[in-house]
Amino acid sequence: MNNETDTRPRTGTDKARTLAEKVWDDHLVVKGEDGNPDLIYIDLHLVHEVTSPQAFDGLRQAGRPVRRLDLTIATEDHNTPTLAIDKPIADLTSRTQIETLRRNCAEFGVRLHPLGDIEQGIVHVVGPQLGLTMPGITVVCGDSHTSTHGAFGAMAFGIGTSEVEHVLATQTLPLKPFKTMAITVEGELRPGVSAKDIILAVIAQIGTGGGQGYVLEFRGSAIRSLSMEGRMTICNMSIEAGARAGMVAPDQTTYDYLKGRAHAPEGEDWDAAVAYWNTLATDDDAVFDAEVYLDANTLEPFVTWGTNPGQGSSLSENIPNPADIADPNTRASAERALEYMDLAPGTPLKEVRVDAVFMGSCTNSRIEDLRAFASIIKGQKKADGVRVMVVPGSARVRLEAEAEGIDKIVEEFGAEWRFAGCSMCLGMNPDQLAPGERCASTSNRNFEGRQGKGGRTHLVSPLVAAATAIRGTLSSPWDLVHAGVTSGQEVGV
Amino acid sequence: MEKVSVVTGVAVPLERANVDTDQIIPAVFLKRVTKTGFEDALFYAWRQDPDFVLNQPAFAGARVLFAGPDFGTGSSREHAVWALRDYGFDVVLSPRFGDIFRGNSGKQGLLTGQISEETLEAAWAEIRANPGIQATVDLVAKTVTIGEHTASFEIDDYTRWRLLEGLDDIGLTLRDEAHITEFEARRESWRPRTIPERQTAGN
Repeated sequence: MNNETDTRPRTGTDKARTLAEKVWDDHLVVKGEDGNPDLIYIDLHLVHEVTSPQAFDGLRQAGRPVRRLDLTIATEDHNTPTLAIDKPIADLTSRTQIETLRRNCAEFGVRLHPLGDIEQGIVHVVGPQLGLTMPGITVVCGDSHTSTHGAFGAMAFGIGTSEVEHVLATQTLPLKPFKTMAITVEGELRPGVSAKDIILAVIAQIGTGGGQGYVLEFRGSAIRSLSMEGRMTICNMSIEAGARAGMVAPDQTTYDYLKGRAHAPEGEDWDAAVAYWNTLATDDDAVFDAEVYLDANTLEPFVTWGTNPGQGSSLSENIPNPADIADPNTRASAERALEYMDLAPGTPLKEVRVDAVFMGSCTNSRIEDLRAFASIIKGQKKADGVRVMVVPGSARVRLEAEAEGIDKIVEEFGAEWRFAGCSMCLGMNPDQLAPGERCASTSNRNFEGRQGKGGRTHLVSPLVAAATAIRGTLSSPWDLVHAGVTSGQEVGV
Repeated sequence: MEKVSVVTGVAVPLERANVDTDQIIPAVFLKRVTKTGFEDALFYAWRQDPDFVLNQPAFAGARVLFAGPDFGTGSSREHAVWALRDYGFDVVLSPRFGDIFRGNSGKQGLLTGQISEETLEAAWAEIRANPGIQATVDLVAKTVTIGEHTASFEIDDYTRWRLLEGLDDIGLTLRDEAHITEFEARRESWRPRTIPERQTAGN
């Protein structure tokens, strides 16, 4: 590795650069030569109980401290129960992981927000909520959905346990540069269509491997008009397109979200930060390695029918017939998926009946997601025989929602109002589907058995989750209006 | 990671070929939350047999393993290296290794040297004749000596250098620590800090 320090050019470089390249360049500690990786500085390291135990043990064994406790923060999310959180955790493996995290954080001095703490929650909800996630920084976590934080114009990606140890010890990672892909979404979303539909449509278009080796930059008028929550939903699922990270250039929406949060810069720091953040947008003449376009004007509510996030289509369509698929591998995969999902080709998606609705996960559990869900179910009753679970992304989101009366709306609807955590997104805690159960889920992965052994997952937006919970079949708010359940005005469509 | 140069210790014959990482450590031990303490898991199934070589008193305190060809094939689990190291092994010598296992070994300070089949047979014969005999492995000279036999072993230059210098991945990065410190010194004050903890206004 070359030992010359990079001069970190901030302005005035000849080469036009993308947002991702600018953030990368400004974190170069040592530039790799002869095919060696660059050494990249990490501004923020988020830690949770599942991927950290061996990393801390490695430090202990080598007698190394955590290099930057002030750039590290931990919370408990994957294993935490969402009921009776004051009781000991029943599952032994879960309890051991949580207890190990607490012991490690105490021993090494890492700031931890444990179950029951007001800042506890899904790690990708907590970072932004505290104002720690901000534009132009690098963020890592031992979790693939770290891509979420790219919504702020940060370079954020998931890492493995050995890399967690490496960051704890050195606050850096040896990395080879990523390629860049522009995903331009132009136009105006129709009422009832949201950020989740954009990203599900993107993944269906480029495939679950389409983003491999790339950092995606989401741009265009439809992205610019999204809230931070919406941008987080989109960047969150970049990993489902195979990408390491997703990013959105920071703008006034970003600054408005960030300003005043606990760890956001203040005073002169704020002004200096904004001045720098305003330089981050991709240069007009910068060249991406790949480009993809999506028309927001024609987008409809989107839903998956298969067992990977790329197997999806507009809710108004029928379940595809694998026989119509030319590529033999894609066809075989669709056949297997439909068998697992117990779905017949040609069935209208809107006739698919569900047993459960899960509203939560790092994709869709922020206050705006809960508001969207509540706006549809308000004054309604859930369909008979459908289990509906609402899990806020963090303890603070839960409190905020309760202050707005959302918990009451959820309970009057007949749904369960739970404590914060990853919950049924991956079923590491007791929140799982039973074998054969079908769920409309606002989470990010519809893999076989993801939400419980034998469980069947349809990925949907919060609006579709809400309409589905009312009708008992996959539905959008448009369907509620057509069915006369509610007026267009009431559901905003 | 500790530096490795010359290792002298009790030599153990593992007279089997194709020992995969599932044999070195079964999957049930992967649920643990530590990176150490896997000594009891090493060759777990075989150690239930009282006649297994590691259960013989002559081989107590073993440090050098002479293993049959294709040692460490199969699953990528780093735990296989941890288990060998935790048990007390510093060196594994074999005519062939699984690639991932060998890569993992180099990163964790376990020396894996490639020896000829003849050297392996000679070592096994020597140990059979003198159970508990010590072997000396010299990483500088790339030789192994057991009884009257001395032979060379192969190891790639990069891994050898890392072992001699005691550098794991983190150790390698920390060679650039001056650059990291320099970078930190010019890191802007607006960038995030988790400590001291700050409260959201109004709480």
